[in-house]
Amino acid sequence: MKPVNQKAWFLVAPVLLLVAFTAIIPLMTVVNYSVQYVATNAQFHWVGDLWYREVLHSEKFWNALWRNLVFSCIILAIQIPLGVLIALNMPRKGWGVPVCLVLMALPLLIPWYVVGMIWQMFGRVDIGLFGVMLRDFGYNYENDPIDAWFTLVLMDVWHWTSLVAMLAYAGLVSIPDAYYQAARIDGASKWSVFRFIQLPKMGRVLTIAILLRFMDSFMIFTEPFAVIAGGDPVFLSTELKQTVELGQKAAMSIIYFLIILLTSWVFYTVMTRDDGAPRPQGGVS
Amino acid sequence: MKQGRFAWIVPALYILFLMTPIYWLVAMSLKTNVEITTRFTLWPELLTFDNYAKVFGDERWRSVFANSLMYVSLNTVISVAVALPAAYAFSRYRFFGDKHLFFWLLTNRMAPAAVFALPFFQLYSAFGLFDTHIAVALAHCLFNVPLAVWILEGFMSGVPREIDETAYIDGHSFPSFFVKIFMPLIASGIGVAAFFCFMFSWVEYLIADALARSAVMPITTRLQALSQASGTDWGVLAAAGTLTLIPGAIVIWFVRNYIAKGFALGRV
Repeated sequence: MKPVNQKAWFLVAPVLLLVAFTAIIPLMTVVNYSVQYVATNAQFHWVGDLWYREVLHSEKFWNALWRNLVFSCIILAIQIPLGVLIALNMPRKGWGVPVCLVLMALPLLIPWYVVGMIWQMFGRVDIGLFGVMLRDFGYNYENDPIDAWFTLVLMDVWHWTSLVAMLAYAGLVSIPDAYYQAARIDGASKWSVFRFIQLPKMGRVLTIAILLRFMDSFMIFTEPFAVIAGGDPVFLSTELKQTVELGQKAAMSIIYFLIILLTSWVFYTVMTRDDGAPRPQGGVS
Repeated sequence: MKQGRFAWIVPALYILFLMTPIYWLVAMSLKTNVEITTRFTLWPELLTFDNYAKVFGDERWRSVFANSLMYVSLNTVISVAVALPAAYAFSRYRFFGDKHLFFWLLTNRMAPAAVFALPFFQLYSAFGLFDTHIAVALAHCLFNVPLAVWILEGFMSGVPREIDETAYIDGHSFPSFFVKIFMPLIASGIGVAAFFCFMFSWVEYLIADALARSAVMPITTRLQALSQASGTDWGVLAAAGTLTLIPGAIVIWFVRNYIAKGFALGRV
């Protein structure tokens, strides 16, 4: 058990100061705006929960929220199984390992705007390889929201499945050989090896993969912005960015942030419940 | 675990899928604009490096690349430097409010950038930092400091506490122990943390775009301005886009042996 030492606060102080500057002060500014009306002469008037009520009664807000949730669910339903499938079939030793890891990590290191730009160039029906190939089937993401939706999902799968695959792969290679030998002696089928050895051992990394993929797809802005420039489908971040009225924007920010906070808390509780430790402990300990 | 004989097909197909759009970007950067817009060719018929020459020959392109690399490097240094002592505190001690603090730090990793873009502009303007490298570097600490603390804490927890105690008995002060003994032990962890800080600062667009508009404009802002204008110069845009892949490719190559370990901690 770790010793109690209140002096540890001195070590945490720099982080605390820095994050207070980058997170708390801005957030307080947003809270401040969300309860006031800023007139044209820069006068602030207290309006209470007016903006919150306005946002919660706004159809555009709810539409963006549902659209975003559906998007996140589609993303998870594709990327998690696909990532696990790729991880299961990745080489475990030899020259294939670094080749796979380096090539698969590449999309993760591309600036998000450039990811959108790549897919814009790839998907355009006049100059893009993908667009030209599907042109005859009536595909055109610039006119058809369904095609745009399909392109964005495909782009996100392209961009982020590697993260899931690499997390799952890291979980898989940490399984000792003895487990597999025991399974072989028991004559376990491939499915039961997966169900009772590999999947439980990947549990922690997969929880983190689900959390990260849910959060990041729930906050998605840059990539769709690059592809469709704020057109349909409008996600929550886009809606926020397009709201003009300062107070309404601030109230929407707070509601958005609370949803994120609640989801993080649920995941954090699930993650820390199993091991009984106060915080998630890494695989090295 | 024995894999099937044809297991390699799955990652091979996946990598093919990853490489196709990238190939298209690179191919476009090597074509002339006439070829891009008038003919559909699978590979450049008239191989040209003019687009790259235009990017390298233009002071505005050179400066936006330099700006981006500048704030990303600053952010990586700041994030890792402040995260090191904090991660040590979390991995070695219990103190009042530690769990709550850790959770709160993590929520900042999840904070939507769109929420912060507006107040950041006003905050950094108030401090006279708007449109500077340091403004973007500090703003990106919002998600990179929690991430660095999280990764480093995992690596530090893997170092037995007896090493600390022995060092103190040998007469090391805390700073001397930390720098001379402890940091070399977690060197790979520092590398992994720096890698992820670099990565998330390099790929971010919304905050960088909001805080660095003209004097220190990031590369992505310039790409955005040009790609959504009419009469786009596709060849030059593709060339500049291709060049943005290079810093990422270089850092992946350096950390390729540690990357799996960083992921093994499940702390990305």
